[in-house]
Amino acid sequence: MTAPAVTTGTASARRSRAPRQTDRWAGLVEFYFRFHTVLVYVFLYLPIVVVVVFAFNGTDRVVTKWGGLSIRWFETALGDEVVKDALTNSFLVAIPNAFMATIFGTMAALGLQRVGKRLRLGFDTLTYMSVIVPEIVIALSTLVLFATGFDWIKSTFGIKLNFGYPTIIAAHVLFNLSLVLLLVRARLSGMDRSLVDASADLFATPWRTFRQITFPQLLPAIIAGFLLSFTFSFDDYVITTFTSGPGSSTLPLYIFGQVKRGVTPETNAVATMMLAITLILLFIGQMVLIWQSRRAGRRASMASVIAEN
Amino acid sequence: MATSSVAKPRTRPVGGRLRSGLLTTVLLFPAGLWYLFLLVLPLTIVVIFSFGTRAKNGGYSPDFVFDNYIRAIEKSDPFITSLQMAIAGTIGCLLVGLPLAYFLATRAGRHKSVFILLLVVPFWTSFLIRTYAWLIILGPNLGLAGQIESITGAEQIQILGTPFAVLLGLVYGYLPLMVFPLYVTLERMDRTLGEASKDLGAGRWATFRQITLPIALPGLVTGSILVFIPMMGEYVIPQILGYGKTYLMGNALVTDFLEARNWPSGSARAVFLIIIMIVTIAGYLWFVNRGRQTREVSVL
Repeated sequence: MTAPAVTTGTASARRSRAPRQTDRWAGLVEFYFRFHTVLVYVFLYLPIVVVVVFAFNGTDRVVTKWGGLSIRWFETALGDEVVKDALTNSFLVAIPNAFMATIFGTMAALGLQRVGKRLRLGFDTLTYMSVIVPEIVIALSTLVLFATGFDWIKSTFGIKLNFGYPTIIAAHVLFNLSLVLLLVRARLSGMDRSLVDASADLFATPWRTFRQITFPQLLPAIIAGFLLSFTFSFDDYVITTFTSGPGSSTLPLYIFGQVKRGVTPETNAVATMMLAITLILLFIGQMVLIWQSRRAGRRASMASVIAEN
Repeated sequence: MATSSVAKPRTRPVGGRLRSGLLTTVLLFPAGLWYLFLLVLPLTIVVIFSFGTRAKNGGYSPDFVFDNYIRAIEKSDPFITSLQMAIAGTIGCLLVGLPLAYFLATRAGRHKSVFILLLVVPFWTSFLIRTYAWLIILGPNLGLAGQIESITGAEQIQILGTPFAVLLGLVYGYLPLMVFPLYVTLERMDRTLGEASKDLGAGRWATFRQITLPIALPGLVTGSILVFIPMMGEYVIPQILGYGKTYLMGNALVTDFLEARNWPSGSARAVFLIIIMIVTIAGYLWFVNRGRQTREVSVL
């Protein structure tokens, strides 16, 4: 009878109220659920743990033989020009992409509030399409578009364009702006309209209303959208590989190349640094959200005080 | 009356309305530009190219033939393999995800938010890294294959490069996409329904089949679509864990476009993939519009 004690209140209450023949299995079922859950979380985290642990492996090259704890592979990775370039490129792509996607996506979410049903439906279809169409199809069709377009520009205007940062960023922004759009719109639809109306009634200009009422309420979604856009771009392999040119190789491309040649402890070290960057960013984002919600809460209460007076 | 009184102060003179129209255009312009040039145009090009022929030194030459489609159907192995893997992967996600979602929705208690957070975190980290990590886990020496070899004394155990490794990668990679919608529907489930079912003498299995499953169905369908479509077009997992031997649609597309440089043939395959996607989503929308209570979870 130890099982009911640890399960949630409702479950144990239910069982004690009506003991039935089937309840012979209750303990087993409860055990199974817990066992299954633990197993799934192990399944989810095992690869991450393995990569991080093996990044500290002091072995020579053979990645799956344990050679003691060491940070030598981090030193190797940080001294590697190729890795440094790839890291720089990753930031050069992910940061502009995140800004553009966040601004454009937020603008579109605000704009869509102001248009008729037809146009909104059309826009929505495209938004969902850009998210749902398999990445490989988007990547290859974008490749074909750029290749064909550049050929045409070259033969018509004599200007030679190449694949590089702009093509990668352009392709990344498509997916990410849709993501931001969906996030911000979800926030907009859950927003308290009465504040906006109150602001208008108090003779605030639309811009001021936006700045002081709408924007602070949207900020969590905008921050989340920015961080998501950054990470998706920072981690993306498929679209990047087909839209990058010589010299614009990013970290995922470097890692994929390494994986094809055989994973080395250096690969794991680079991967660990990538994981760390993403997770630190996630953590900062979470902190900003908490900080912002506190601030917004204070502002909202101030607003309510003013309104009462 | 109330609505008109609220609406009145917001209607502006003609000049203001013009300006407001301009603002709307400006707000939608960048996104519209992106959708037009990086979504509609590339996909249109792919459809047009799918009727063309391969230029002599690769690429596309204008034409209007159905050869590419005929070839795509004749050589449909990658398509069939993709379909099999995606279906198996979806079932795998369901088998792993449903008990987990059920646990999170009904038994996680006050640690629920921690559990959910732990489910989200891996999703934030690089898909590529999490995929290649399985090379170490399943591989020789310290890996699973090596362990099995040393325990059973077998000569050569090969897990990597098999369809099983690819399937494992698919289930691993897309599991959260299945769990979230399932969790949302199960979370909303009225717990008293289950109790009523028990009070009426239904067993655990009958309650699951007649109460829980129908309630979870919308989430189940949403989750299945969310994992099935990207699995159909998956490229990285078969490349890394399948050593490129489990030849899926994604691999066939890349071969067509980059190695054979046969853009029309690749385009025809891409169109097939898009059609599959449209059919799946149309079926989904049909399902969603069948019953009203299911619409709530239709937000992908």
